[in-house]
Amino acid sequence: MMIKHHLSEKLLLAYSSGNLPEAFNLVVATHISMCDECRIAACAHDAVGGAVLESSDCVEMEPNAFAKTLKLISDQDEPMLNDINIRRSGKSRFPKPLQDYVGGDLNDVRWRSIGMGVKQSILKTSKEATVRLLRIPAGSAVPDHGHQGTELTLVLQGAFVDETDRFGPGDVEVANEDLNHMPIAELGEDCICLAATDAPLRFNSLIPRIAQPFFRI
Amino acid sequence: MYIIFPEAYRDGHAIPSAVQAQKNSDQMNGKSKPGLNNSTQTKWVEQMEKIQNSQDQTAFAELFSHFAPRLKSFLLKSGASPSMAEDIAQETMATVWQKAKLFDPTRANVSTWIFTIARNRKIDVLRKENRPEPEELPWGPAEEPDQADVLALQQETEKLSEALADLPPKQAELVKKAYYGDLSHSEIATETGLPLGTIKSRLRLALERLRHRMT
Repeated sequence: MMIKHHLSEKLLLAYSSGNLPEAFNLVVATHISMCDECRIAACAHDAVGGAVLESSDCVEMEPNAFAKTLKLISDQDEPMLNDINIRRSGKSRFPKPLQDYVGGDLNDVRWRSIGMGVKQSILKTSKEATVRLLRIPAGSAVPDHGHQGTELTLVLQGAFVDETDRFGPGDVEVANEDLNHMPIAELGEDCICLAATDAPLRFNSLIPRIAQPFFRI
Repeated sequence: MYIIFPEAYRDGHAIPSAVQAQKNSDQMNGKSKPGLNNSTQTKWVEQMEKIQNSQDQTAFAELFSHFAPRLKSFLLKSGASPSMAEDIAQETMATVWQKAKLFDPTRANVSTWIFTIARNRKIDVLRKENRPEPEELPWGPAEEPDQADVLALQQETEKLSEALADLPPKQAELVKKAYYGDLSHSEIATETGLPLGTIKSRLRLALERLRHRMT
């Protein structure tokens, strides 16, 4: 997978330090699952977290803290973990973090039509931000929408093009208020995206303005 | 699982002397690992290896007495109440034991690894939220890790600690605040002023070796 559009350092730092809403964490974790570069960068930011922990002063634990920790360990029924479960990859398979939220893979998504052939499925997260799967028919446009706050869009399948660039599988677009974009799905297969926003997505009209499929050569 | 620790360790106050005795005996037996210097971080790696290989309880007691008080301080600064900070620190250390075999010293030092466990637990408890984690790669310590790789990663991480200590105080404070979870993502500065290039190169190497092993 050739990934061209990555997460920003700022987002990676916010993810690593635990400053992102759950909805954004999901997009970041899903992208990292697909992208070695961002996985490496996230690990580097985690290392800074380790340095911050190491530089912390000491606050005395309760006198029986160690005994209580041993009790926590012995109360757990599970044996010491030995292996990481690795799942097989496949075309319609979602990366593990997304799978956990969908409760399955692409075939298990419960889509709801939002007009013009575009479908969405909102995933349940904390309320500070929302995250949804979008399915845009090949050759169609996503209803014209503006942003408030930040929107993160990760392509899972297919590709879309907007005035900034082309975004293919694994690519992530970080959009802020300045971008009033009109993503158009490329011909070929339907474009499936995972999109998070920390403000409500506002479609500019009830019936999306872009009524005709848009063909791009 | 049930583990039995020597009675002496059950009293928190007994740890330092017990640990000291073990350290002395290690030194007399010349047990320090060839190729690794005696820096603190590599010492923690050795303790983790003892837990991985022989469920060494003395090593765990030593990790606990170093990390638990730092975790508690870190968590208090993250906005946890004293009792929550105490609980999360204990739970984090219990997870350290439970997941010991997943610790990979070519990918993280012990502080980093413990930080990630505590961070996730903190989000879980304080924000009552799940934290989505990236899909794991099988780059756990399945094979005997190359000691040169371990040392290189540990040294790079230590340089990061030094760089953090060398930052101008105001800037260091901002970085720390970010890791306490004290800033919204819009408040976070893009540039922390910390050099991440070399540690990324080390991590890239570790990942490339793993990909190579997998094919």
